[in-house]
Amino acid sequence: MTSNPALAVNTRPWTDPDAKPFISIRNITKRFGDFTAVNDVSLDIYRSELFCLLGGSGCGKSTLLRMLSGFETPTSGKILIDGQDMAGVPADRRPTNMMFQSYALFPHMSVEKNVAYGLLREGKSKAEAAERAAEMLKLVKLESFARRKPHQLSGGQRQRVALARALAKQPKVLLLDEPLGALDKKLREETQFELINIQETLGVTFIVVTHDQDEAMTLATRIGVMTEGVITQVGEPREIYETPKSRFVADFIGSVNLFEGRVGPSAPDLMRVETEDLGPVSVPPVPGLTQGQTVWLAMRPERVWLTREPKEGAVNTVPGIVRDMGYVGHMSSYLVRLANGRQVRVTQANESRRDNPISWDESVHLSFEPADFRVLTQ
Amino acid sequence: MSGASATPGRGRLALPPAMIAAPLVVIALMLGRHWLFLPEDLVLLIGAALLFAFGGFVLGRLVGLPDRWIVIAVPMLWLVVFFLVPFFVLGRISLAETMIARPPYSPLWERGDDGGIEIIASLENYRFLLSDALYVNAYLSSLKIAAISTLFALLIGYPIAYYIARSPEPRRSILLLLVILPFWTSFLLRVYAWIGFLRRDGVINNLLTWAGIIDEPLVMMQTDFAVYIGIVYTYLPFMILPLYANLVKLDGALLEAASDLGASPVTTFLTVTLPLSVPGIVAGSMLVFIPAIGEYVIPALLGGPDTLMIGRTLWDEFFSARDWPVASAVAIVMLVLVVLPIMWLQSVQNRQEAQE
Repeated sequence: MTSNPALAVNTRPWTDPDAKPFISIRNITKRFGDFTAVNDVSLDIYRSELFCLLGGSGCGKSTLLRMLSGFETPTSGKILIDGQDMAGVPADRRPTNMMFQSYALFPHMSVEKNVAYGLLREGKSKAEAAERAAEMLKLVKLESFARRKPHQLSGGQRQRVALARALAKQPKVLLLDEPLGALDKKLREETQFELINIQETLGVTFIVVTHDQDEAMTLATRIGVMTEGVITQVGEPREIYETPKSRFVADFIGSVNLFEGRVGPSAPDLMRVETEDLGPVSVPPVPGLTQGQTVWLAMRPERVWLTREPKEGAVNTVPGIVRDMGYVGHMSSYLVRLANGRQVRVTQANESRRDNPISWDESVHLSFEPADFRVLTQ
Repeated sequence: MSGASATPGRGRLALPPAMIAAPLVVIALMLGRHWLFLPEDLVLLIGAALLFAFGGFVLGRLVGLPDRWIVIAVPMLWLVVFFLVPFFVLGRISLAETMIARPPYSPLWERGDDGGIEIIASLENYRFLLSDALYVNAYLSSLKIAAISTLFALLIGYPIAYYIARSPEPRRSILLLLVILPFWTSFLLRVYAWIGFLRRDGVINNLLTWAGIIDEPLVMMQTDFAVYIGIVYTYLPFMILPLYANLVKLDGALLEAASDLGASPVTTFLTVTLPLSVPGIVAGSMLVFIPAIGEYVIPALLGGPDTLMIGRTLWDEFFSARDWPVASAVAIVMLVLVVLPIMWLQSVQNRQEAQE
């Protein structure tokens, strides 16, 4: 590992406060008329990162990407790439390349010519460009398709041509707009790992825009969750999932049960939260909370214990009735109704062939480990 | 009418109701003529159209064609009677000799002295066309004028079409309407209007003299220049519309992709926009070039005595010289000259479609 200098350095530069960001987005705002698409976003991205901007449609993630590529001009704020201010630099002179959601392959050119297009534009000779194009096509395993036109390729092949074309100029940053959006599920999963491999081989900084949280979780070194023009949380996939900072992020990434409550008396190792749905609940103490403050408790469905008898030694337990159940194969998901009518989502891994799985209308008990609660204030 | 008859669900057009309906329509037309004072031409036109529809229908039914063929058979019959048959009539006249008779050409056959039938047909008229420089020059000059006009229509029409295609939606519709607007006035009137602009004491000369740019009025009327202006002006919408239809389909992401890969706006245009708009260029150019070859009215009104175009030669031959056979030969050659580019256009379009 140490023989590879790229890996010898810190692979998580964002944990190092002295690390120099490769791309620095500072207080970027973009307005279209009255509509603010991107609102005062600041973000640092490091060299060789695979950064995912994750958000629903209209959250501003694509606009942010288009400002990086130079297709949109920020209303205010600054973008630095490798220390260079991008203000006034047109798209055709930026050290970025983009892979378009629609791939935007030139329909009148062969695969080979598509890949060589950018190289010819930077003044490479035809022979040089052809050689480099062949190299790129080999990287994406499309050598034998060089002479074909885009319409003679399958969706997955086109996606790889688009990738090869965007990478051919060795950009400092590759921007990918929903790179896997047009592929079917199976192909998407295969391509995700291929994309990671290529990124790791070339060491190019990738910024991926996606609305698909699974895709973001699989691909990203870090994720930036966007909503309404604002990045609400930036972090590694695990961090985003395990310690979301807000109800929005908790709900957006994966599935979650949220219980509203008030902070009660707190002991040194446990804090009480009075909730309407679960009654008093014990959670690990959170510093900085005042008694009586409204908080939300986030609980992932897979962390809930679902048992027929009350779980022994459990601190937080409530009874309920199974209202609905779905068998997915590797797991089953349940909807359990509590005494006050509140429905709680629970999933259970089907680790073995159970003879007598919990089913509809059974009386059950839900138990919650205090440490599995995430206390949210916003 | 054998196996395909009366399968439920696939409705056959019923013959008996049509046979009842046809005389009723004829009676209605006759009554309309007498009581509603419908103009005679209108009655004849509607009658002819109905007759064709009915005739095509009955014929198709008798031959046992499937219904979708019958639907095509009606316009087909129309084309055969009004285009193909006259074409053959023209072809036959072009092979005859001119005669002082009525009609003024020799019959197709004659009883010879020995009682046998002699067919009188020769390619003499075509040889005459080739031997006389007037005709060859007229053809070449027509092709030249049509080609130059097409080029200018393209140079003017492309930017307009591009601009319209790139405009936001509400403005785009208005601009398109403006392109089509001149069609609301008769073509003849619009060409006459140009005389008012181009003549010696016309708008342009008056304006330039008033501005002090020229002392002597420019001679524009009765020159080839005026013919070019007339043709380009008249056929410009035919260039703009197909180009617009092509350019509006152009995916903006392709232009962004080119720019992203380092192409300047000019390079983007030359390497992406222009090659992708070739079908539009071809279609627009054909729509201008083909009618321009045979143009008669514009050179007659705006051109001078030495503006040589085949449409005019044709007119002279038919009406001044009353040499129908030579005139027919001129027309046939012109048709061939026009049909070849159309066939080429068709093959280009087919290739394009096969590619998409």
